[in-house]
Amino acid sequence: MYEIRIHGRGGQGAVLAGGILAAALVNEGKFVVAVPSFGFERRGAPVASFLRMDTKEIRQMTNIYRPDCVLCIDPTVGRAVNVFDGIRDNATWLQTTARPLAELAVPDKVATVGLCDAVAIALEIFKRPITNTLMLGAFAKTTGLVSLDALRAAVEDSDFRDAGLRQNLLALERGYEETVVHKIEKRVAA
Amino acid sequence: MSAVLKPKSKAIVCDGNEAAAWAVTLARVDMVAVYPITPQSSLVEYLAKFVADGKLNAEIVDVEGEHSVLSVLHGGVLAGARAYTGTCGPGLAFMFEPYLRTPGMRMPLVMSIVTRDTLTPQSVWGGHQDAMSVREVGWVQMYCETVQEVLDTTIMAYKVAEHRDVMLPVNVCHDGNYLSYGASRVELPTQEEVDAFLPPPSTNWHAALDPSRPMAVDPLTGGSGGPGPALFVRYRKGQCAGMQHALAVIEQAHEDWARIVGRRHAPLVESYRMDDAEVALVTLGSMTGAAKDAVDEARERGTRAGLVKVKTYRPFPVQAIARALSGVRAVGVVDRSVSYGWNCGPLYQDVIGALQFAAQRPAAMSFIGGLAGADITTDHFGRVIERVQALAKDGVVGETVWLNERD
Repeated sequence: MYEIRIHGRGGQGAVLAGGILAAALVNEGKFVVAVPSFGFERRGAPVASFLRMDTKEIRQMTNIYRPDCVLCIDPTVGRAVNVFDGIRDNATWLQTTARPLAELAVPDKVATVGLCDAVAIALEIFKRPITNTLMLGAFAKTTGLVSLDALRAAVEDSDFRDAGLRQNLLALERGYEETVVHKIEKRVAA
Repeated sequence: MSAVLKPKSKAIVCDGNEAAAWAVTLARVDMVAVYPITPQSSLVEYLAKFVADGKLNAEIVDVEGEHSVLSVLHGGVLAGARAYTGTCGPGLAFMFEPYLRTPGMRMPLVMSIVTRDTLTPQSVWGGHQDAMSVREVGWVQMYCETVQEVLDTTIMAYKVAEHRDVMLPVNVCHDGNYLSYGASRVELPTQEEVDAFLPPPSTNWHAALDPSRPMAVDPLTGGSGGPGPALFVRYRKGQCAGMQHALAVIEQAHEDWARIVGRRHAPLVESYRMDDAEVALVTLGSMTGAAKDAVDEARERGTRAGLVKVKTYRPFPVQAIARALSGVRAVGVVDRSVSYGWNCGPLYQDVIGALQFAAQRPAAMSFIGGLAGADITTDHFGRVIERVQALAKDGVVGETVWLNERD
């Protein structure tokens, strides 16, 4: 079982991202459960969405408290909530940011970091900071757990049409190509 | 079924609300009346979309409130239509008067309750309190564990409701939030499979509105003189008999479904790792998956734990529960709602009532969790198992435990 927690803000499409990723994984023969969190959401408020994947049937329909992967589709949501809460050892962190790794505080438990300036790319593609499909491309590049082809197929199967579809397919592509993956050297125990 | 039908279903990813909408579409429902309400709204939006896309050939009636939702469907059912709606919480409260009338008039409606905790405090999130509040009204109630079970059960519900020995409305309960919006891989049956399982609606011609045979339906009955008392008792006994018949019909429907689509769900109660169990959980709805994982974890620690999931809650499968739990030393019943009258969960009351009929009667305690959208995790169930192990040792039934009290 591999557990992913997606952090974003209301209106950015964190829940939709979970749905597209789930469809892509199922197309590749995986079992998936995606549960959106719910609370007093409104546009701009921090939201989360949870996704479990496995090679066998998944029974838990619950939120995720010990993620293997944290996927932040918003550059500043980490200031509002502790996105690293409960992460497992050797976790993967994907972050939309314009900053380089050296300027980021990486928790000890994180072993892989994928950074993508998704807001800047989204402003070019959509003229709006919609980062969800970009960060799915970043997820594919960083983890290798889903193929770009499966994500493309899932986006094509979604409700996107015409220009929206073309933009989101381009977003996937550029998210994949322009993500920089860093392997963090294990810190020596003191 | 003489011919063997090959499963030709395809896997899709959808949430419980979409799964219910697919089921209604595959069941070739004639009529849907709707009033959207969280967390049911997307379900009726999917239905409206399926009608607009030409997938579902049904009349959608967009009415001004839930009281009218059921009242409109009553007319349709009496004219022979296969009818559907869904609601929850405050919407269910607002439709209470026609909701009461539906089983008495033996109308085989199917209605999803996308369960939601009830007022007050104000809450729009999941919990079984709404469905539990109407548990004694005469509707069949089945609770689903997974998105797949939502789809399969909603189709099976028509077979149960329309069976001539039942002729009662059915609530398919799926948990608000965790199943309404929780998405997973689902096998979508083919139309041929569903057609083979579910024939066109068998109209109750006794009550059907027929212009050539005009009749009054639901006339004033009862009182203390004339034919009233006996007639009223006859109707009531008939309803109770229909509910009892439903137990066997539900089992048969699940068997037929398994034969045609190759998927088997436990019809009344499901026993999980109960063969040599000393302690058992009793669960209802989507909490069950995490509870099964907690049972596996307890088994790895050497605890002989098991689980009994209640699928059919009304009619209550008394004998099946008594059989399933007979011989264990202690039971923890986990409710997602409360009984105000008894400071415990309503399922707990039913289970200890059924245990009267167990050959060896275990001690049982009530646990309440998951109110108003709260999560019940494997950690919560791990704590329940530990508490039930203590109960197995000392036999002292403690106060009701509130699982999310310190979350």
